[in-house]
Amino acid sequence: MKSFQQLKGLVFPLDRANVDTDAIIPKQFLKSIKRSGFGPYLFDEWRYLDHGEPGMDCRGRPLNPEFLLNQPRYRAAQILLARHNFGCGSSREHAPWAIEGFGFQVILAPSFADIFFNNCYKNGLLPIVVGEDLIERLFRESLASDAYFLDVNLEQQTVTLPSGEAFGFDITPHRKHCLLNGLDEIGLTLLQADGIRAFEARHRRNQPWLFA
Amino acid sequence: MAGRTLYDKLWDSHVVSEASDGTCLIYIDRHLMHEVTSPQAFEGMRLMGRKPWRKDSIVAVPDHNTPTDHWEKGIEEPISRLQVETLDANILEFGALVYYPFKHENQGIIHVIGPENGTTLPGMTVVCGDSHTSTHGAFGTLAHGIGTSEVEHVLATQTLVAKKSKRMLVRVEGQLGQGVSAKDIALAVIGKIGTAGGTGFAIEFCGSAIRALSMEGRMTVCNLAIEAGARAGLIAPDEKTTAYLEGRTFAPKGQDWDRAVAYWATLPSDPDATFDAVVDLRAGDIAPQVTWGTSPEQVLAIGGRVPNPANEADPVKRTGIERALAYMGLQADMPLTDIQVDKVFIGSCTNSRIEDLRAAAGIAKGREKAANVKQVLVVPGSGQVKRQAEAEGLDKIFLAAGFEWREPGCSMCLAMNADRLAPGERCASTSNRNFEGRQGPGGRTHLVSPVMAAAAAIAGRFVDVRNLH
Ligand code: SF4
Repeated sequence: MKSFQQLKGLVFPLDRANVDTDAIIPKQFLKSIKRSGFGPYLFDEWRYLDHGEPGMDCRGRPLNPEFLLNQPRYRAAQILLARHNFGCGSSREHAPWAIEGFGFQVILAPSFADIFFNNCYKNGLLPIVVGEDLIERLFRESLASDAYFLDVNLEQQTVTLPSGEAFGFDITPHRKHCLLNGLDEIGLTLLQADGIRAFEARHRRNQPWLFA
Repeated sequence: MAGRTLYDKLWDSHVVSEASDGTCLIYIDRHLMHEVTSPQAFEGMRLMGRKPWRKDSIVAVPDHNTPTDHWEKGIEEPISRLQVETLDANILEFGALVYYPFKHENQGIIHVIGPENGTTLPGMTVVCGDSHTSTHGAFGTLAHGIGTSEVEHVLATQTLVAKKSKRMLVRVEGQLGQGVSAKDIALAVIGKIGTAGGTGFAIEFCGSAIRALSMEGRMTVCNLAIEAGARAGLIAPDEKTTAYLEGRTFAPKGQDWDRAVAYWATLPSDPDATFDAVVDLRAGDIAPQVTWGTSPEQVLAIGGRVPNPANEADPVKRTGIERALAYMGLQADMPLTDIQVDKVFIGSCTNSRIEDLRAAAGIAKGREKAANVKQVLVVPGSGQVKRQAEAEGLDKIFLAAGFEWREPGCSMCLAMNADRLAPGERCASTSNRNFEGRQGPGGRTHLVSPVMAAAAAIAGRFVDVRNLH
């Protein structure tokens, strides 16, 4: 997994609540058996005027001029600013793969759907829960600016605004450790293999029918 | 010690280890798999030279991409076929307790076949790379969806890294009216608490109306817990649960059965257990529900009218309503009963079990679909459901009404196979998501119960099914 320490990144504001994973990456792209290559299809139905299919070359596709992400000024965006309940719906991990594939590394929202939130960490993406007031301000300021940058520091757990004001955010020590060091969670868990085996033996004695 | 909830008991009995910040390693008893969210996980295993920790925990089936007619032609779409063949190859290489490949007599939707063959049991932890895994909670099982990286983690370690959720109790007391079903309870709950209302919670459903539901109905309720934002929905096991499970292929037998039943009886929440949130609904107040928008929380009772954005003070919500109305092609303030449908879909892991099909057939019997309805798809949840329905003659009833009777699979729930809506087409659907494009690009989905879907097929528009009885 990629590690994440610090990023000064351009913000793209996505001013919609309840953005679901079907919107983030429509289902036809779930047919891929690979883990990469989803970036060009991020928000496919909003971004393009035609219907996207996996494997399509997106360079010649008609862009939807109404969709903000298509403006040249957001081409290099790395921080996604979102609304309430971002990532709801299907558990598809293709959603964080597409967001990460586009180039985003951080998502700020007042709330996230659980499974999506979890999936982000497994893919080197940092989802940050931000209070409603600050979210409002970030939307206002970023929409009014041609190039709005935020500085996100994971070690310090801070988001710094262009004004220099810094805001703290929460993250569990385990997730922080894994993200800072880009650690493979399976390898970490397998360090506890003996403990798992001991649990399993006990569990088998208590509920043998689970192992029949 | 304070009393514990069902969720606490399930959680506590599966903790392998706990870190100081509360992050736990949870043991997983059952790993359900389908073709869409597993290939990258198997790929990861192969790259690292890892083997499954316990292959006899795996139950797998292709369901999302499989066609629902002309099985003799195989899977025509090359990318769909590749995904299904990749699952075949992965199971062959890595192993499984149960695998029903495409065209197997028991093939079907993973969330239908697990309970059906007894591989889902009370007291278990169940995961699947699929958000509707919450369905299995109907058995007093801690069951939830996981991402593909977690699928790989469970394959390799038989555990999941997780933090305990908060506990919510949704209590539904009283008696449901005629024509009102489990689906309406679930949609009414989502309408009340919103699609993020359950975020961070495991929801336990209780109350006399829940107890009165069949196992099929309980699965429908838990299936939709995820649409209320909760990763897990739970219902305490009782006599109905054990009666449903007894004799199923993978259910315990003999002495094990008696021990298991005795253990399951200890699982229900203690009388003095407390919850972090409690929501109350009166069953008698619930009318048949219809979603009008592009989120399951945009739902109303059939007697209602499409909302008017002008009446919404919150600007974010107002634009949400405006966008939904534009996408759905609806006028503010129009009665729901004026909405005409082009297609009807009866199926999905929410409503494709035998009881759902019986209910729909009860409405279709002796009637015919309206002329303006282009297609009515009835897609059983599994081979077993299909055989049972045919034994009861339900297929004949559907066919006589002008409905189509198909092979099992996910079908038009998410339209990964050939069954889908054309742009602008409007569908009454018994599935679980009405998101933009879910049933086909530009397609418009209204979520309803099986009887409401069948009634819409007959009337050509949404009607109050209670007037048909
Ligand atoms: S029926 Fe629909 S919701 Fe259920 S598993 Fe299949 S695609 Fe997912």
